[in-house]
Amino acid sequence: MTGGYILEQVANGIILGSMYALIAIGFSLIYGIVRLINFAHGDIVTIGAFAMLASVAAIGAPFPVSILIVLAVGAGVGVLIERVAFRPMRGAPQVTGFIASLAVAIIIENVGIMTLSAQPRSFIVPAYLSAFIRLGSLQVRAIDLAIVLLAILLMIALAAFVRFTKVGMAMRATAENYQVARLMGINIDRMIMLAFAIGSALAAVAGLMWGSKYSQISPLMGLIPGLKAFVAAVIGGVGSISGAMLGGYVLGLAEVLFVGLLPPEYSGYRNVFVFSTLIVILLVMPNGLLGRSTDERA
Amino acid sequence: MGRRASWLGALVAAVTGAVLVYAASAALNPYLLSIIAFVGINVILAVSLNITNGFTGLFSLGHPAFMTIGGYVTAILILSPARKSHLLPDLPSWIAHRQWPFLASLLAGGLVATLVAVIVGFPVLRLRGHYLAVATLGLIFIIQGLAINLDGYTRGALGLNGLPELTNLWWIYGWMLLTLYVCWKLKHSSLGRTMLAIRENELAAACLGVRITRTRILAFALGAFFAGVAGGLWAHLVTLVTPSSFSFLFAFQLVVMVVLGGSGSITGAALAAAVLTVATEALHPVEEALNLFGASQLLLAVAVLLVLIYRPKGLFGMAEPDLLAWIGKSPGRQPTHTGLKRQTEV
Repeated sequence: MTGGYILEQVANGIILGSMYALIAIGFSLIYGIVRLINFAHGDIVTIGAFAMLASVAAIGAPFPVSILIVLAVGAGVGVLIERVAFRPMRGAPQVTGFIASLAVAIIIENVGIMTLSAQPRSFIVPAYLSAFIRLGSLQVRAIDLAIVLLAILLMIALAAFVRFTKVGMAMRATAENYQVARLMGINIDRMIMLAFAIGSALAAVAGLMWGSKYSQISPLMGLIPGLKAFVAAVIGGVGSISGAMLGGYVLGLAEVLFVGLLPPEYSGYRNVFVFSTLIVILLVMPNGLLGRSTDERA
Repeated sequence: MGRRASWLGALVAAVTGAVLVYAASAALNPYLLSIIAFVGINVILAVSLNITNGFTGLFSLGHPAFMTIGGYVTAILILSPARKSHLLPDLPSWIAHRQWPFLASLLAGGLVATLVAVIVGFPVLRLRGHYLAVATLGLIFIIQGLAINLDGYTRGALGLNGLPELTNLWWIYGWMLLTLYVCWKLKHSSLGRTMLAIRENELAAACLGVRITRTRILAFALGAFFAGVAGGLWAHLVTLVTPSSFSFLFAFQLVVMVVLGGSGSITGAALAAAVLTVATEALHPVEEALNLFGASQLLLAVAVLLVLIYRPKGLFGMAEPDLLAWIGKSPGRQPTHTGLKRQTEV
């Protein structure tokens, strides 16, 4: 096992971690404001990938433009889901929202299967993105580099938005205590809608990244990445945005190194490893790395 | 009507059921019999899931995982030693050289599922409902991954096929009655009230001396036991168990049964299980004819959303309507839980 090999694995972990982080942010953002674990979040990943395919194949949009289209589609679908499925049952017990999100997930998946068929489709990135780039001793594909850079860019933009703008401050206040926030004149409905829009847009971009990286998309592709991103959110502390980013990278690295550094016969245990991590984390530090313990949480 | 009358009613219902099972076994064709068998197994599953999701207000999606465990354990114990040494070379000798009877294997399957539930429940059930949902969903993938990779014990992704066809309507009927009886007794016992108290107000329950985590683990483990048994019954009904026999989608269907029936209502869960099983089966030919696979799932999911929005307590809420009285058009007995229900609705 050489240094170069380990470096390569670390690079793969960072790429995977970037995608987990983007998806996990949505979980935390939505949970932070409405205390809902949105199971349909993984399916937004799928929608993002198919939106990409559609915008490239149907409109012939260049890659950077279609990223914007994917962001918009993701945000739109997120808002739509919130409006149709979750808003009517606001105030119901948390479990109700959870079941509803499962139902939404099943609806999206089955509409996908019925209209697009369950067969995986190939997803081809433009030639300039599949070229190899040398970074010191490391050789990566341009698309991998683009994934990491785009993810970091989006995360910085989100962090700046939440930290420095007035709307971002309102969002933080709503997450802190939404009753008091409402008394301060913050429009809670708009904050919730915004959380769904931002979270879903990021998940959709993660879907486009996932498709570009693995060159294959299918209506059920979002299920496992979605669940794993939830594990990432728990590692970081559900409800904390920076925690979700950190958790994404921690999980991505841990997963890739688990597969890459152990003997090959263990690689089949990849999913077992990730989901066992969830249970261990809940046992030893239920608030995650950056989460805060509150009576509302958990 | 006193206590004796309700016992008599239950006895009459059980005997009527037995007569119907006898008549069905004699008269119906194998296809219809298999539908009835699936109805029975789904009733076991929905009613036992109701202990966790309905009574205690937890949200478990783990039933498919426990069914997989139960299915494999039962199947491995029942296989003949000759086939075991051929298919599953890694089994320890105390399992490999013996062949267990069906009942003992089913119980073992249920108990192993219970054990796993306790191990998983211990860290997760100290936290609130959401985490259990995700952890149990993770458990489905953990168990699936183990079943695929431990091929010396499970034959990997191929699964175990050609299992003896031991499950018949009588086995299913017997286990269904036992599940219904246990859940009914539980609901009307002090332990059941404790579970309901946790569901309604955890803090208040804790203040009254309820041991929250212990009671939750108990509810979760009890549900897992019946799921394990049901997995064993299922495996020996279809004579096959594979890592993907029981999927995440199936967990959703079971949750739907509990939600539609009314979380906490045994009658509701059983009825919803029966209706949904038959409906799904009836929709199959339609799906095939229209080439719209997934349509029945879609309908189910939309139905759940509508129920959650317009009738969040499900069809029956917590109540146990007296179906016999209702069928006979006589004035129905008051559900035993009205008092509690009123209080909780305030």
